[in-house]
Amino acid sequence: MIYYYLELGLRSLKRNPILTLLMVFGIGLGIAASMTTLTVMYLMGSDPIPWKSSRLHYVQLDNWSPDQPYYDDGRPPDQVTYRDAAALMEAGKADKQAAMFKMSLPVQPENPQIKPFQSLGRVTYADFFAMFEPPFAYGGAWNRDQDTSHARVIVLGKEMNEKLFGGQNSVGKTVRLDGNDYSVVGVIGNWNLRARYYDLTNGAFDDPDEFFIPYTTAIDLKHRGTGNNSCWKSPGDGWDAYLQSDCVWQQMWVELDSPARLAEYKSFLDNYVNEQKKLGRFQRPLNNRLLNVTEWMHDQKVVSRDVEVQTGLGFAFLAVCLVNTIGLLLAKFTRKAGEIGLRRALGASRRNVFTQYMIESGVVGLSGGVLGLALTGLGLVAVRSLYADYKSVAQLDWTMVATTIALSVVAALLAGLYPTWRACQVAPAAQLKTQ
Amino acid sequence: MLQMKHLSKVYRTHMVETHALRDFSIHVRDGEFVAVTGPSGSGKTTFLNIAGLLEEFTGGEFWLDGVDVRGMDDAARSKLRNEKIGFIFQSFNLIPDLNIFDNVDVPLRYRGYGAAERKKRIDEALTRVGLASRMKHYPSELSGGQQQRVAIARALAGSPRLLMADEPTGNLDSLMARGVMELLEDINRQGTTIIMVTHDPELAARAQRNVHVIDGQVTDFDEEPKLRKPGNPGFENHDSRLGEEGVVA
Repeated sequence: MIYYYLELGLRSLKRNPILTLLMVFGIGLGIAASMTTLTVMYLMGSDPIPWKSSRLHYVQLDNWSPDQPYYDDGRPPDQVTYRDAAALMEAGKADKQAAMFKMSLPVQPENPQIKPFQSLGRVTYADFFAMFEPPFAYGGAWNRDQDTSHARVIVLGKEMNEKLFGGQNSVGKTVRLDGNDYSVVGVIGNWNLRARYYDLTNGAFDDPDEFFIPYTTAIDLKHRGTGNNSCWKSPGDGWDAYLQSDCVWQQMWVELDSPARLAEYKSFLDNYVNEQKKLGRFQRPLNNRLLNVTEWMHDQKVVSRDVEVQTGLGFAFLAVCLVNTIGLLLAKFTRKAGEIGLRRALGASRRNVFTQYMIESGVVGLSGGVLGLALTGLGLVAVRSLYADYKSVAQLDWTMVATTIALSVVAALLAGLYPTWRACQVAPAAQLKTQ
Repeated sequence: MLQMKHLSKVYRTHMVETHALRDFSIHVRDGEFVAVTGPSGSGKTTFLNIAGLLEEFTGGEFWLDGVDVRGMDDAARSKLRNEKIGFIFQSFNLIPDLNIFDNVDVPLRYRGYGAAERKKRIDEALTRVGLASRMKHYPSELSGGQQQRVAIARALAGSPRLLMADEPTGNLDSLMARGVMELLEDINRQGTTIIMVTHDPELAARAQRNVHVIDGQVTDFDEEPKLRKPGNPGFENHDSRLGEEGVVA
């Protein structure tokens, strides 16, 4: 019977093409508006590394001013000082650990055809690659020994490798950054990072890092970070004073393989801060935090309030479209009262009529979903062209394609409920005499 | 086939109560051809709707083919209607965007027959009404008489035991009306019980038995079923097939 009802539904849609177009277009537009905004919100907020996000933890220590908290609600600073990052790396108490900061350096290509350019990259430790698992196109990460030996090695991002080496395997070649030569050990391939979750304080939706160099090497070369830098008192003059200051400018991540390891590390952090207190630092109450990836993204409001409001408006528009569809379906089904009466006389139960017209509503929803999908695609193209920051998240994935179609069908079924209920109330006797 | 005892039907609004049928009793036996006559508003269509399980009744008793229909839910009534009753309406009531084949197919779909069984029944029904060659035509491409024949084929396709006809020739000219009437008589001769509501005394005269309804009550009926005279559209007074039981009114 389902096939029969589907056939009747399609036939009915063909019979009133203008009414059908109005309904399908109404639902399609509503679906596109809601799904475009929902897709951006979903991809912004989705777990970027679900298989291990609960094991990766962001370290926060409260070294801020004793006179006022970093945040009014008492949360500790978003970043850590060089002193603390270096101390935590030195202690090596986590299963894996990586301090890091954002760095901008001039690149001087060997090829005279390519002009020197400024490039944004990341200074970090070997564990970064094992923790965040970027896919390598060529070569691999440097190792911990190279961290220790302050090696002049570099991992290139895909774009930089395209720019300097035409996308070829550049492992073993040399790249000159700010007058220093680095040997390429690896080239990252397609890393579909929606949000650059490992550094949310410096633009979650910025372009991917173009290079990675060892932390120890960068500190030797006195490279200051180019990301956010916050100080609650003057750092003093000179490089060494800056390194010893309470300015926060680095991110610290640790990988802890079990809840027990997490508890141990927390305890270690508390001990560390208590030791530092004895040296006159950390004058605020103990306020260390270890948030996992999703907690950290939520804390940093990766999905902004604006995006939430836009999504709400998108769904409000869908609701308006559905009210319109209810009206159109009501008109359509009311016109079919005679046929409904006849079908009832010929043996259709109310349940048969209900199923038939709900399936017809579902067919409208399916058609609206397909149109909505196409319009959502266009909407996301518009989002990408208007907001460069969102280009990594304004993309449809299979989950959102399935959600679009399912939402459209469910919305149309909801819109069809009342008109279908009305259709089921048709008194067959009255209709048959008046036809 | 159909028996109603002291049946009543009251339409109530907050202002007024209308008694469409009151103390209405009738017994239609298997194989009979009964004409129900009466002036407009007398209640004959209400009787037909209740007899066809299209409307509920207010009081009394009603058996259809031995089944007590009181208190039946919608699904059971729909099933019984689909299996036992075929309808023929004055205005044909074909679905305009379905072709003839699909129109006749409608009641068979609700019966749950498979495709092969449905096709066989549709072929047979349309052959019986002389429209087998028009299966792919749409109702608008047929004359009124042909449309009513399609409606008859649709009513017959499910092999109902009872055919309910509401003014079946009311929208037809006399030539077409005669053809439809002859078809109904032929169907009745093959054993299907027919109850026909009509205004037309000439048509009523061709039925085996007349029931006259006024103000929602049976006021007059033929005691004895008439026997159809071979080759003559009229009826005589004795039909051994119908037995000797009289009308319960």
